[in-house]
Amino acid sequence: MSTPTIHEQGEQKAPDAPPPRQADTGPEQHAAPSALQRLAGSPKALLVLLTVLVVVVSAAVSGSGAWPQAWTVDIRTPLNDLDNWLVDNRETSPIFLYFLLHISNFAETSVDAIISLFDSMGWMGVTVVGTLIAWASGGADLSRRALRTGGTALGVFIACGVLNMWQATMETLALMTAAVFGSALLGLLLGLAAGLSDRFERMLRPVFDTMQVMPAFAYLLPLLLMFNIGVPSALIATVIYAAPPMARLTSLGLRSADPAALEASASLGSTPWQRLWTARFPLARKQMMLGLNQAIMMCLSMVVLASLIGSEGLGDEIYQALGSLDIGTALTAGIAVVLIAVLLDRTTSAAGERLDATVNVGTTRLMARVRLAVWGMTAVLLGVFAAIGSSLGEREWPDAWTVDITRQLQSGVDFFTDHLGTGVPVLGGTVTWAHGFTDYLLNPMRTGLLTTPWWALALLVGVVGWLVGTWRAALTGVVCLALIGMMGLWETSMDTLSQVIGGLVLTMVVGLVFGILTARVERVERILRPVLDTMQTMPQFVYLIPVIALVGLSRSAGIIAAVIYAAPAVIRITSQGLRYVDPAAMEASRSLGATSKQQLLQVQLPLARKALLVGVNQGVVLVLSMVVIAGLIGGGALGYEVVQGLSKGDLSQGLPAGIGIVCLGIMLDRMSQPAGQRPRE
Amino acid sequence: MKTKQIRNSVIAGIGVLGVLSLSACGAADTSGGGGKDDKVVLAEPSWVGAQANAAVVKKLMEDELDVKVEAKQMDEPVAFDALDSGKADAILEDWHGVPKKQKKYVEEKKTVVSGGDLGVIGHIGWFVPKYYADKHPDIKDYKNLNKYAKDFRTSESGDKGHFIGAAPSYSQHDKGLIKNFKLDFKHIPSGAEAAQLKEIQRLYNAKKPFLTYWWEPQWMNNKIDMTEIKLPKHTPGCETPEADAKCGYETNQLEKFLNADFAKSDSDAAKFIKNFKWTTKDQNQVAGDIAGKKMKPEDAAEKWIKANKATWQKWMPKK
Repeated sequence: MSTPTIHEQGEQKAPDAPPPRQADTGPEQHAAPSALQRLAGSPKALLVLLTVLVVVVSAAVSGSGAWPQAWTVDIRTPLNDLDNWLVDNRETSPIFLYFLLHISNFAETSVDAIISLFDSMGWMGVTVVGTLIAWASGGADLSRRALRTGGTALGVFIACGVLNMWQATMETLALMTAAVFGSALLGLLLGLAAGLSDRFERMLRPVFDTMQVMPAFAYLLPLLLMFNIGVPSALIATVIYAAPPMARLTSLGLRSADPAALEASASLGSTPWQRLWTARFPLARKQMMLGLNQAIMMCLSMVVLASLIGSEGLGDEIYQALGSLDIGTALTAGIAVVLIAVLLDRTTSAAGERLDATVNVGTTRLMARVRLAVWGMTAVLLGVFAAIGSSLGEREWPDAWTVDITRQLQSGVDFFTDHLGTGVPVLGGTVTWAHGFTDYLLNPMRTGLLTTPWWALALLVGVVGWLVGTWRAALTGVVCLALIGMMGLWETSMDTLSQVIGGLVLTMVVGLVFGILTARVERVERILRPVLDTMQTMPQFVYLIPVIALVGLSRSAGIIAAVIYAAPAVIRITSQGLRYVDPAAMEASRSLGATSKQQLLQVQLPLARKALLVGVNQGVVLVLSMVVIAGLIGGGALGYEVVQGLSKGDLSQGLPAGIGIVCLGIMLDRMSQPAGQRPRE
Repeated sequence: MKTKQIRNSVIAGIGVLGVLSLSACGAADTSGGGGKDDKVVLAEPSWVGAQANAAVVKKLMEDELDVKVEAKQMDEPVAFDALDSGKADAILEDWHGVPKKQKKYVEEKKTVVSGGDLGVIGHIGWFVPKYYADKHPDIKDYKNLNKYAKDFRTSESGDKGHFIGAAPSYSQHDKGLIKNFKLDFKHIPSGAEAAQLKEIQRLYNAKKPFLTYWWEPQWMNNKIDMTEIKLPKHTPGCETPEADAKCGYETNQLEKFLNADFAKSDSDAAKFIKNFKWTTKDQNQVAGDIAGKKMKPEDAAEKWIKANKATWQKWMPKK
């Protein structure tokens, strides 16, 4: 996993790292005694202390620290002009006529074609062919893997039908098929370029880094203006969002190919093309499969969000149900989304495992033929069903076979929210807690950030960025901050920043507690795993309304939604980090008579510090990606600006706010990403 | 090495150019694939009233006129773009929330035309729950709001009163009003209608005081009692620009808008949509069934259609 040098670097830097306003107090707390001593002796620590002092004093003296009015640049007017130009020329300008509209028309026709294919296959055809494909991906034999994958697929299709979500599921699946195809293709091409050429790699890396912290909402709006509402915008947004992981992993796979194998291939006299086809690609297959898997998952989350800009399917179903506060229906559609995620995840990971197994073990010629035959049969069946499927009975899942669970779900959620909201004896309930959280954490933090002069804050960002990462990180952070100021978004951004930090603190607390529990107690891990999977794939829209019932329309509601979304990743990273701590160190501490608690605090946590930092970084990115969603339920600030810009189609309002979120994201990402550590995969 | 790199770049460049020029062979079709001739696309804004309109129109058109109808969810601003491009054929309930786009498309580009009144009267205003207004009757005048501001404080609004603002796409100038009337309130917007409804449901059930942007027709009014705060009377144009706004909201005749080509086509579908007109009471009945009783929109529409044959008979195009 990690080379010793990097590890040592992390060791040295981490004690100085925790920025005073940052949330990564986790590692610091536990390493407190030694950190304090080192603090006194280290010039870097003194620097941090000095900066903090400057920040506090200047905040106290000046009382208000907004970015100077004179330094803002008016970007609204040009954006308004651009907006008007786009609307006027959308149908006449050559850029649109000869280029962009081709893309959008192609997107539209292909999705329409897939939908009508599903439609003419009928529910029976889709189920049979879908199950066959899953089974074939799992190996097309009687092994447990193949049967399990096929069984999962069959179960998912039946469940979606029984839940009365068949039509919406098919629409989502059609959009998914097109989006996955598009992003896999784009990702593959970019990954190929980055994997083979160093120059491309250098060019694409910062782009991918930015894409990773960029909330998808930030680019929905420009797409909306270019491609209008509907399928094309949704599809293109999804492809942009999901292509980077595929590209990244493809490039990684190509680059990490065994040099010996390449050398052997070269010495046999193969041309570069032959080498690519016969050696590099096959060796990178596993990584590429992983990339595809990630791309699919990201496509799914995006396809659901895209209902905001007029795509159909399950996301639309959820969004519409929320309009009449029908949580039952929203939750049912949410379950269907989770099921599709399970289906796609199992199928692709089974295919990945199988590829891996064949590479290692090899395959018999007979088996290869059988597999080819199964794929062929699937293709034939696809054709047959497409031709006659609709005459085999109803196109849609028969109504008689559906079960309506929306009411039960609704009353379940209602019961839960009613009793937790105010009904808890002594402790008061979630509403009271949320008020406390706002009064004692969010409000002071927002006031603090707003009263700190902008230059003091920039200094703090610079110093922390430099100490944690490199001078380059520091510079990026400061530039981002300056951009925010120049766009005239200082105050709203500070409001958002205070919420992000609040959310991050909560996420880290939840992440650490559950991470430690899952790492140490086997049973908790087993119970929690499906819960975490669901939390990650359940569309965020679904829990927005219950959250309001719990804490009211407020910033806390947005933060809770963010924590639900971000905590699973942090929990996973923490627990993995703890579990992979060198067993020798654990054994040594045990033989020295350390208690379980001592072991955790003094051995496991310090040794897993690097994983914990990765967790913080991941937490930052994920919490930030929820800022816009939080804007939907009272988070206000930048998120609301984006939502309003999006729903009013107002570029001059939505785009700067979107850029503001991206700037905050890059800044926080650089501040929490230790030097020498490449971004997460 | 160098020459090879150059050669590769040249090949790549030619490839990209080739693809581009291939795609440039023909001008793209601008009509937008969504608005196919055989299918009528309705823009359906996110609120339940609009859902009720669309459900009834869809059901009647499909059963009586044998026209395929698709209701696509989109809010007013987006809907106007869709009407302009032909991706949608009609919006049945417009609150005049996007005057800029309305002017641009209806008056300048002439791609969108009015389809007449919906018959439903829309009213927007500031409201407090009746249980609170009964206790403090003089709150009904906006001039007295400051007297009670402290009752409305929350942790979100700090030492000011909390004003629950509207969802982002709705017509509103509350921020300007609060500033210009020097009210001791903080405008806190709702990010979505659903969020606002849920919050009001929660506060109402807990019998808490709250001041909110609220409107009629609204299905929740069947379940909760609200009292309006009197704002200065609306005169045309008094709310723009928002910074100078000093008046309440216009009482709106909600209007239908059609894509110009669709309207001109004079098909049965277009005639039917132009004739479609019902009352606030009718709409509330269907909306209440959808949202209050959790009926499916189609079922709620069917129920209304069965009971009100006389009303919808008049909408049918004359043969």
